[in-house]
Amino acid sequence: MLILLRAVIGRDLRLAMRRQADIVAAAFFFIIVVSLFPLGVGPEPDQLRRMAPGVLWVAALLATMLSLPRLFADDHRDGTLEQLALAPQPLALIVLGKVIAHWLVAGLPLVVLAPVLGIQFDLSQDALAVLTVSLLIGTPALSGIGAIGAALTLGVRGGGVLLSLLVLPLYIPVLIFGAGAVDATVSGLGPQAHLSLLGALALGGVFFAPWPTAAALRVALE
Amino acid sequence: MLEASNLECVRGERSLFADVSFRLDGGEMLYLQGTNGSGKTSLLRMLCALTPAVSGEILWRGTPIGKLGEEFRSQLCYLGHQNAIKEELTPLENLLSAARLAQAALDEDAALDALALVGLRGREDLACRYLSQGQKRRAALARLVNEKRPLWVLDEPYVALDPAAVELVAGLIGAHLQAGGLAVLTTHQTVAVPAGAVRGLWLGDGDATQRSR
Repeated sequence: MLILLRAVIGRDLRLAMRRQADIVAAAFFFIIVVSLFPLGVGPEPDQLRRMAPGVLWVAALLATMLSLPRLFADDHRDGTLEQLALAPQPLALIVLGKVIAHWLVAGLPLVVLAPVLGIQFDLSQDALAVLTVSLLIGTPALSGIGAIGAALTLGVRGGGVLLSLLVLPLYIPVLIFGAGAVDATVSGLGPQAHLSLLGALALGGVFFAPWPTAAALRVALE
Repeated sequence: MLEASNLECVRGERSLFADVSFRLDGGEMLYLQGTNGSGKTSLLRMLCALTPAVSGEILWRGTPIGKLGEEFRSQLCYLGHQNAIKEELTPLENLLSAARLAQAALDEDAALDALALVGLRGREDLACRYLSQGQKRRAALARLVNEKRPLWVLDEPYVALDPAAVELVAGLIGAHLQAGGLAVLTTHQTVAVPAGAVRGLWLGDGDATQRSR
């Protein structure tokens, strides 16, 4: 089972490395959106500090969504998805591998970039640390939940818009608890409660999402 | 070993075929023919359990394939209409990752030999997007060289291939049949397979007839 998981992750990472433009595009989107806010709102430190968690989290959420439509679409187009569905292993396991690979490619760069970008908002060291941790816990949930939407809209024309409509409402709890953790730190309350809830969402997102995703993929392949 | 009874396929409102039945034993090949749009690919996808049949059932060694699930999939090698080749990867990487996903043991030397056999020597390390259509098909067919699974389902295996490659693929299928394997394939080209018994099945106009040669 682990061998298969490793094979799927290795294959997807190798594909991503050959197509670095995608990773760079999502990361640049994140950098640009976050950097535009301080320029647009003005250099008022108090205001910036209050806005920071929300801006960073919304930007991370949208950057993750950018790469979602391609999660299964490429495999669907060239027939690889059929081969994955016919592998002598549960399809959900393969989906889990693809979700992990998606997070490594689309989520992890955001986690690394966030503390650097947070400096622009005059966030304290504590707040930056909590921001990074909250993204580290939260972004896997975004990949997992997004996979359900990507599978459901597979092969649909104009699927990108539909995907956003399906997935954004499910992202709201992640956004609230993720940004809330940083907010709580800034205002002096502890972030533990928010982070625990975020962790619960991430576990649910990553380990339960593969089943509905696999079911949706089988329907798309019929 | 593989038995289908009274299969029916409906696409949208139209019934493509009904009452399709056949039986295939080790060493036999089913040669599926029919006009364009007669449901050949749909029938193949049913045999792989990718598409459920509207009615009728498919048995593998006496058990419905839906019940067997993974056990059936581990016996099946499907080569679809599309090549299932990743354009960014080289033929060698494609072959190795396909083997890893199918959980087949394939080392790099065996993979290189397989690619040389299908005429891709010297192209092993070239990304597949630089290959011609026929070469991509050859890269996809290289999977068959070391394929040990007993049931092969091939959708138009000869498409885009030159006569020498067609001969080669027919030889691979022949060797597979000789080793007791089963094959189901669709094609519009009449190609003699060197070994094994061939059954014919004609799909078209809502009825199916089975002929034996």
